[in-house]
Amino acid sequence: MANFYTDNPDLKHHLSHPLMQKIVALKERDYTDAEKFDYAPYNFDDAMDNYDRVLEIVGDMCGEIVAPNAEDVDHQGPRVENGGVVYADGTQKNLEACRKAGLMGMSMPRRLGGLNFPITPYIMAADIVSRADTGFENLWGLQDCAETIYEFGSEEQKQKYIPRVCAGETMSMDLTEPDAGSDLQSVMLKATEMPDGTWRLNGVKRFITNGDSDIHLVLARSEEGTRDGRGLSMFIYDKRDGGVTVRRIENKMGIKGSPTCELVYKNAKAELCGSRRLGLIKYVMALMNGARLGIAAQSVGVSELAYREALAYARERKQFGKAIIEFPAVFEMIAVMKARLDASRSLLYETSRYVDLYKAYEDIAKERPLTLEEKKECKLYSKLADACTPLAKGLGSEYCNQNAYDCIQVHGGSGFMKEYACERIYRDARITSIYEGTTQLQVVAAIRHVTTGTINTLIESYREQLSQGPALSAELENVSKRLETMTEKAMARIAAVAATKDQPYIDFMARRLVEMAGNIVMSYLLLLDAQRNASFTNSAIVYNNMANALVSQHCEFIDSFDKESIELYKA
Amino acid sequence: MSLNIIVLAKQVPDTRNVGKDAMKEDGTINRAVLPAIFNPEDLNALEQALRLKDAHPGSTVTMLTMGLPRASEIIREAIYRGADRGVVLTDRALGGADTLATSYSLSQAIRKMEGYDIILGGRQAIDGDTAQVGPQIAEKLGVPQVTYAEEILGIADGYVTVKRRLENGVETVKAPLPCLVTVGGSADECRPRNAQRICKFKYAASPTERTALDPEAQKRADERCPEAIVEWSAAFVEADPEQIGFPGSPTKVKNVENVVFTAKESRRLDNDDAQIEELVKELIANHTIG
Repeated sequence: MANFYTDNPDLKHHLSHPLMQKIVALKERDYTDAEKFDYAPYNFDDAMDNYDRVLEIVGDMCGEIVAPNAEDVDHQGPRVENGGVVYADGTQKNLEACRKAGLMGMSMPRRLGGLNFPITPYIMAADIVSRADTGFENLWGLQDCAETIYEFGSEEQKQKYIPRVCAGETMSMDLTEPDAGSDLQSVMLKATEMPDGTWRLNGVKRFITNGDSDIHLVLARSEEGTRDGRGLSMFIYDKRDGGVTVRRIENKMGIKGSPTCELVYKNAKAELCGSRRLGLIKYVMALMNGARLGIAAQSVGVSELAYREALAYARERKQFGKAIIEFPAVFEMIAVMKARLDASRSLLYETSRYVDLYKAYEDIAKERPLTLEEKKECKLYSKLADACTPLAKGLGSEYCNQNAYDCIQVHGGSGFMKEYACERIYRDARITSIYEGTTQLQVVAAIRHVTTGTINTLIESYREQLSQGPALSAELENVSKRLETMTEKAMARIAAVAATKDQPYIDFMARRLVEMAGNIVMSYLLLLDAQRNASFTNSAIVYNNMANALVSQHCEFIDSFDKESIELYKA
Repeated sequence: MSLNIIVLAKQVPDTRNVGKDAMKEDGTINRAVLPAIFNPEDLNALEQALRLKDAHPGSTVTMLTMGLPRASEIIREAIYRGADRGVVLTDRALGGADTLATSYSLSQAIRKMEGYDIILGGRQAIDGDTAQVGPQIAEKLGVPQVTYAEEILGIADGYVTVKRRLENGVETVKAPLPCLVTVGGSADECRPRNAQRICKFKYAASPTERTALDPEAQKRADERCPEAIVEWSAAFVEADPEQIGFPGSPTKVKNVENVVFTAKESRRLDNDDAQIEELVKELIANHTIG
């Protein structure tokens, strides 16, 4: 009886973070829903108990249904039939189980049929689902798109679509086109307004995850003659209206159960979502931030799976008369995998908490004006979420790739064979550092927060939390001291690079600066975790060993780098 | 047409993954190491009931179990998955019942209910493996029975159509309602617990459980799901004391033997024809193959 929630006590540690008290009170509006809905919590403990119980369902479903289906889904994959997608048998069963378990629309308000869960437990469910079947996490996680309709759609659209998502209809976000990938300003799909106020969409979209979904969010050019992002608007296409066909699905390296579609729009009827011209610059940016957090969760799930597979094999496999985990070369790999996993998971939930806080305030602002204090907090948390999201996605996805690589390495020759899960993990991991913005684009999104002080705000708050918590053990005290020194070192380089105001040079160094900042943030988070829960002590130390070395390496590179030599790197 | 559906369920020790400490020295089950679970085939039956409810809006699914007061745990489990309510038939006088006394007691409880269209239950419980209780209840109530069901294909015009899984194939039969159907393990697995239902019905408590709750929790149970789990006694279902529990059970356990397998689980053969032929002959002789 595998349960992917209860078998992993780290999850409960993150779910019980002290900030949850505030998050839940805001999300539940001081528990006023309890009078209106018989499944709403009465108070904080009651709400936490609900999250715990529902995550236990998620863990059970993932351990008993989704994970056992994963291999068959990987082999069978989806197919195109009559312009639509037929999922692999296992995928259909997984979706059916999710619907029956009521795990769609988890974060939507109760009045629209949702569970009104904060983002944090929802993201935890994504973490768990991804460990069970990384590709399935995409289909399930696209319920996130409902968030965009909820934030920006009209009341009528919310009433029309969100209950359907909560009842189990799937979603997709149709952004990418053959000539508009990372550069979404070039989107060409044409939207034409009809006299009755509805719109018609014409054109082609490519690489659309779950492109045959029930409800699509579509980025299209509504302003004829424009060429940039300001001519793009967001539309809702309802599959019930017809007009979109799946021309083909891609034959991919990994996440094979998740259909990646090329879509043809022929006079497809659609509704405008929100205001014209804000499609890319406002709504897609919001959508992408949500999606990036989702990929960060997906990455952590992969890291977890890779770590577990490697650990189990290393304990069981015997060579030279003993289990291979007895050898330093192997046990180091395993310890480092766990440290990467723990670091990226800590950052994931740190991010989700900030997202929860600012989104709750934004939602409350729809009901009543926020106080000055609340406005200030909302702005702060929004900024912290903006800073943490690309770090969590960028570094978390790189870590899960490294864990997947090491997982195979621990398996040796067996890892190269199809018989072991690790080769699927390796293929599934690869996309996480590419889609929803490559790691390189996460660096672009994160760098301004690194160079303009948001990171300092975070570090200061971590120092304060550390000083307010219980006294650190001697070994953690050492970590703390070293962390101070390496932070100082890194911050000096970050300030120096930024001070040059030489954009090409800053761009060239950006990845190093972001990596240093990310490593420092995760090191602090693990230290805080270890302060609250001694089981994180090993990871806090192992991770800090790595982070310290990486910061030194990057500092050395920056110090000894001659700006002129950037030319040498140009092909 | 909405249906009144009764699902029979039993809380059983989990005998599926027994270790060597599963039996005590005296040959009785060591319940301390075996968790109490929802009898697996009763979950298959519950899924069939819930599908009938999906197909016939307005239907109700009522669980019925006989056992210790803690059997309310499986009632709550069933409610999380979609059942509406449940009855725990619990009474010291019911203890020690064999299948005859059990089926009598349960049939008395069913008579106490407000009518029914169909009764579903698992084929058998994993602690006794008799498969007798379902059929005996049907006999006592005087309704038709369909055993070994794999899928209920539908209900229309007062008849239920059932696919039965038999040893050498499948058989599709029709029976007039009301009737009793026992469902085997080849039927589809039960759906997972539902998130919304768990948030609401986690407060559901039987009268026995309720007394152990603090006043706040009692208030919530009363507000949200007051009648979800009820307890009935032998007297309440008007059971004849002579026909229940030990007195009503002609089956007496004379002796329990703890069987310990002495043969090793694996044997190593060399790669030569003679040894392989020897093994094949042995497997044919003991009916493992052929």
